[in-house]
Amino acid sequence: MTEPVTTRISVRGCSIALMRGGAGRPLLFLHGGGGAGWPPFMTDLAARHDVLAPEHPGFGASDTPDWLDNIADLARFYLDLIDQLDLHHVDLVGHSLGGWIAAELAARNTRRLGSLTLIGSAGIHVPGVPQVDTFLVNDEQLIRSMFDSPKLIETMLAQAKRPELEDVILKNRTTTAKLVWQPRGYDPHLAKWLHRIDVPTHLIWGANDRIYPKEYASAFQRLIPGSSVTLIPDSGHVPQVEQRAAFVAALEGFLAAKRAAA
Amino acid sequence: MKFFNFHLMPYRHADLDAIDRNGSAWVTYSNRDYDPAKGAELYHEYLDQMELADRLGFDGVCLNEHHQTAYGMMPTPGPLAGALTRSVKRAKIAILGRALPLVNNPLVIAEEYAMLDNLSRGRFIAGFVRGIGAEYHAMGINPGLSQERFAEAHDLIIRAWTEPGPFQYVGKHYHFNYVNPWPRPYQAPHPPVWIPSQGSSSTIKWAAQMRYTYAQTLSPIAVVARMFQMYRDEAEKLGYEASPDQLAWSNTIYVAETDEKAMREARPHLEALTNRFLKMPTEMLLPPGYSNIESVKRIRAAKITGKPQTLDDLVRNGVVIVGSPNTVREKLAEYQDLAGFNTSLTKTQFGTLPDDMTRANMTAIAEEILPHFRGRLPQGKRQAAAE
Repeated sequence: MTEPVTTRISVRGCSIALMRGGAGRPLLFLHGGGGAGWPPFMTDLAARHDVLAPEHPGFGASDTPDWLDNIADLARFYLDLIDQLDLHHVDLVGHSLGGWIAAELAARNTRRLGSLTLIGSAGIHVPGVPQVDTFLVNDEQLIRSMFDSPKLIETMLAQAKRPELEDVILKNRTTTAKLVWQPRGYDPHLAKWLHRIDVPTHLIWGANDRIYPKEYASAFQRLIPGSSVTLIPDSGHVPQVEQRAAFVAALEGFLAAKRAAA
Repeated sequence: MKFFNFHLMPYRHADLDAIDRNGSAWVTYSNRDYDPAKGAELYHEYLDQMELADRLGFDGVCLNEHHQTAYGMMPTPGPLAGALTRSVKRAKIAILGRALPLVNNPLVIAEEYAMLDNLSRGRFIAGFVRGIGAEYHAMGINPGLSQERFAEAHDLIIRAWTEPGPFQYVGKHYHFNYVNPWPRPYQAPHPPVWIPSQGSSSTIKWAAQMRYTYAQTLSPIAVVARMFQMYRDEAEKLGYEASPDQLAWSNTIYVAETDEKAMREARPHLEALTNRFLKMPTEMLLPPGYSNIESVKRIRAAKITGKPQTLDDLVRNGVVIVGSPNTVREKLAEYQDLAGFNTSLTKTQFGTLPDDMTRANMTAIAEEILPHFRGRLPQGKRQAAAE
């Protein structure tokens, strides 16, 4: 079964939407600021993994709890969720804002983690690397800065005109801004503690990411002991969508190598 | 009616085409285009105009706060207000207002305002605002925290002015072991508080609850009337009748000998203000979390930002009053009766308007308009008119 079932789960009074599909070891995917979903790459992953894709507190159909102020709050929320579901050997994967949550979580506690994968992740600051200010561009400019392929950009622009999603989009943007506005997309204290991450760690980056450019992958690699980088060619900020096959191959290759080493 | 001379202190030498190319005069319009020699001249020109307003009989002068923009050169209005406490001899001095959420220590505003109240021997009016959306880009303050930081900073400042110190303050955003500002305000219990806003219903409700003077900014007179009615309705719900003194309309007035001459003279300068200095993209004006989602949807649906407006639009909608003395008197009286305010916060300089024209306008307003409105209160039944 590789198509997801959507359920709700309440963790210490905060109810969130949770998509879950597939079988195998648990793979917890933490979405970026754009919001939750089940794009085709997740179906690919569900062929070999029990994929859990929660919608973060403050996003989409999930509650917006009073306690939600920063990324560390979400990291601790997901530590609670992992405990509550009694998951072990979790392959934790996070994209962008979700990657920041994942890094923060892993720097705190890797007891229930099997591995960590960060994709185009926020959370640290690399001086001197130009980045698109996603809060100072319009909807069209945002899509143009997220992706690399002109054809995909046109498809995404056509798909973006969905007024029925306006409420969710505004809610997601509001929460994202609250979490990342200042300092913009990073916590100056996170870099100090990334050395604590003691599970195999893989950094998968679009080679042409303009939101968190590839210098961010190198910086994370320097900060997380033993981590490796895979740059996905012809991809912007969302390689799992833009270069699905290459992304899935990179992730599965990393997870298989980790299993072989264990 | 009372008249306040409201100055935005624009950098009126800005390259309007460069602003157009950049898409806005705010945040990203490079300060390479600011010439300090010209800027210094402008500060003095504008302060001279404020002193002239005092001599001409205006009841007050107003400053405000905006950041990183050619629209206004007052990122911190305190120094200008401090200068005016010595040279403006009679009129009130209002800062409308300082943007509370933008500072990480609101006690500095409690201190600054208390100093100005002392320096002016009680002629100071304390304005509190959240700052517009662009300010949250410019100052690196989270727009999602704007409302709660405003509420907390306001609470802290009022307590700092009214409770004997030292006391401890523990909030979510601000924490102090010692709140004990010297000096205390000159006025008791504290300077009058005025709340300028574009018309957020929660702000109007709160201002009515606190009995603060509410100032409506940059809006067609029909909207102004509706917002002021909302204030009166809220007051009624709270069990009191709002006085016209609690309502101020922020406008622009330009007077010349004839309607035709006034329109011709004001046009390029007012259109520069509206379509160049004030213009900004929606994402700059409305960062996520600054307004609640319902307001954002309303504003996005209305597509109100960025649409160029001609002077004729502004006059027809009653955003500004431009004309002969007779026209201006008639319209102002009509608008006062419609909306029920007793204070006119009037920009006499606007956009690129040069000094000589500004001073002529101020003199004309003082001679031809002010005397006709001394002691004039709103007349007629406004409830019906506002509907």
